[in-house]
Amino acid sequence: MPTDFPHIVAQGVNGVVVRFSDRLSEAGNRATLAFRDAVEAADLPGIEECDSALGSVLVRFDPVLVPYDDVVQTLRGLLQQTDFYAAQLPPDRRLWRIPAVFGGVYGPNLDDAADRAGITRKQAIHDLTSSRLRVLALGFAPGQPYLGELPETWDFPRLKELIDVPEGAIAAAIRQLVLFANDSPTGWAHVGQTAFRCFRPEDIRSIPLAPGDEVQFKAIAPEDFEELRESDPLGGGATFEMLP
Amino acid sequence: MTRAIKVLRAGPQMTVQDLGRPGFLSVGLSRGGAADRLAIAEGAALLGQPFDCAALEMAGSGGEFEGTEPIRFALTGAPMRARIDGRDLMWNASHTLEPGERLGIGPALSGSYGYLSVAGGFDTPVIMGSRAAHLMARIGTRIGQGDALPIGPDPDPARGAKTLDVEDRFKGGTVRVVPGAQTGLFSVEDRARLAETDFTRSPRGNRQGVRFDFDGPPFGADGLRMVLSEMIVPGDIQMTGEGAPFVLLPECQTTGGYPRIGSVLPQDLPIVAQAAPGAPLRFSFLSLDEARALYEDETTSFRAIAAQVRPLVRDPREMADLLSFELISGVTAGQCHDEEGDTR
Repeated sequence: MPTDFPHIVAQGVNGVVVRFSDRLSEAGNRATLAFRDAVEAADLPGIEECDSALGSVLVRFDPVLVPYDDVVQTLRGLLQQTDFYAAQLPPDRRLWRIPAVFGGVYGPNLDDAADRAGITRKQAIHDLTSSRLRVLALGFAPGQPYLGELPETWDFPRLKELIDVPEGAIAAAIRQLVLFANDSPTGWAHVGQTAFRCFRPEDIRSIPLAPGDEVQFKAIAPEDFEELRESDPLGGGATFEMLP
Repeated sequence: MTRAIKVLRAGPQMTVQDLGRPGFLSVGLSRGGAADRLAIAEGAALLGQPFDCAALEMAGSGGEFEGTEPIRFALTGAPMRARIDGRDLMWNASHTLEPGERLGIGPALSGSYGYLSVAGGFDTPVIMGSRAAHLMARIGTRIGQGDALPIGPDPDPARGAKTLDVEDRFKGGTVRVVPGAQTGLFSVEDRARLAETDFTRSPRGNRQGVRFDFDGPPFGADGLRMVLSEMIVPGDIQMTGEGAPFVLLPECQTTGGYPRIGSVLPQDLPIVAQAAPGAPLRFSFLSLDEARALYEDETTSFRAIAAQVRPLVRDPREMADLLSFELISGVTAGQCHDEEGDTR
C-alpha cells in the first residue's frame, strides 16, 4: 500500500476510497470534509454518492457510465487543484451548547477516565466542558458524532471489556468523545449523560449535527438534567448558534 | 375501510422493506432495505409495478393474512409453503386473495427471507425517502398480529396471474469477491486460504450481517496495525476480532475499524443473505478488471427480470378471459411513491 497521502484505492467494484490520513488528525479531517464538498460541487458524471469518514472519503460510481480509471483520473485532478489539508472548514457550521451531567450514575467511568488521563475528577470535568469539540464525523449509528480532540492527556485506549451505555451517553477514549444515538454496547469510557437525541427520524432535520459543527458541553446538576429530559425530550436543553 | 392487508398471525421478524434509503452514509445511516433485493424486483415484475414498491419481508417464517378487497399479490424470495384456504399456491408467482379468504404462509423450505408483495405496494409512512424498516436505526417497527397494512391502488387490476423462473439462490454456494482498500493488510497465504476454505453460515446473523464458521486458524490482518474507521457498505467482508469472516448486510453500521479482506459482488449478495444457518459457502476472488467486466447496474438487471415474466398457466376451462389474456408483460414506468407519499 502507498504510504504517501492522499492516496486513492479501489473499494469493491463500484467504489473508490480517497484516504487523507490513516490516523486521526485535524488537518486530515478538514481535508476529508473539504474534498467531499469539492466532489459534490463538481457534479461529476457517473458519481453516485460521496461520503466522508474520519480521515477518508468513499466515492461510489456507476462503472457502466464511467470507467474506474476515469474516476481515479478525475479525483486526482481535483486533488492537484487544491491543497485540501489547508482548506477551510465547511460553511454554515453550528456551535452547539449541550447540557450534560458528569460522573455518578450518569457517568460511572468518569473517575476511571480521570485516572487514565492522570488528572483530577475536577480537571476532567473542566476539560470536558471548556473545549469546543468538532464533529469529526457522523457514523456507526445514525447521527452519532465522533467529537474531538480533547487535550493530549485523554489519549488513552478503549476499555478492555464492553459496557452498556444509554442513548445520550457521553463516552471518552483516544482523545475523542462519542455522543451515543442509541442504547449501545461500547468500549468507550462512559463519563456523562445528555438528553440530546442525535437521530430524529420524524423531524424535518432528522440529523441535527453535521460534520464540521462544534459542540460544547455545559455541566448541570442531576435535578436540572432530569427536568430538561422531561421538558425537552428531543434536544435536552441544547441550543445552537451559527459560527461565523 | 381502506384497501389493506390484515395480519392474523406473524413470524417473529416481519418488516416492511423496499430498496432502502441510499445517500445517508455520511450521517451514519446505512441504506437498509430488503435483505434480498432481487426478491423485491421479482415481486414487482410479477405484479407489473415499479421496483420501489414496498413488500413484506418474512425472516424464517411467514404468517396468516386477510384482505379487505380482492388483492393481487406475489410470493418471492426464500420458498415457503403457501396456501389459500387449503389450496396450495405456487411460489415465484402472483395470485389473487379474495375478501374472506385466508392466505397462510409457512416456514421457509430453504433460504432465510421470503417476501409477500402486493399490487400497489404497502402504503406505510415514507421516512427519509423510503418505507423500509431499519430496526437498528429505530426506523419503523416489526409487523405483528393485529396490524392492518394499507395498500396503494392496484396499477393493473386486470393483469392475470404470472410466474417467473428463478435460479436457486437459497442454499449457499460460491460467491465472488473482489479485493478492496484493505485486502493488502492480509497475508498472501490468508487470502489464498480464504478462497480454499469451506465455510458454513453461522447461526449468528441478522440483517446487519452474517458470520461464517470454518475449521482452521483465525484469519488475521498483518501485525496490529490500527485501522482508522472508514466507510463500510453491504457486501464488505470484515474480519472480526475472532478472525472469522462477517459479511455485511443492509442494516450494517456505516463505519468500521475491523479490516476488510474484500467485498462480495453486489449481484452475489442475495446468496449470502439467503443462506440459512448451516448452509455451505465458498469465496472466490476475482480481479477488479474481471468484476468490472461483469458489472451491470441494478435497474438493468431488474428490467431483465421483468422481461422474463410469463403467464401462470391455469386450466383453460377456468379462464373465461382467455382471449384477452395478457401474453406480453411490461413493467410500468414511474415511482411507487412520490415525495408526498402517494402510491402512484
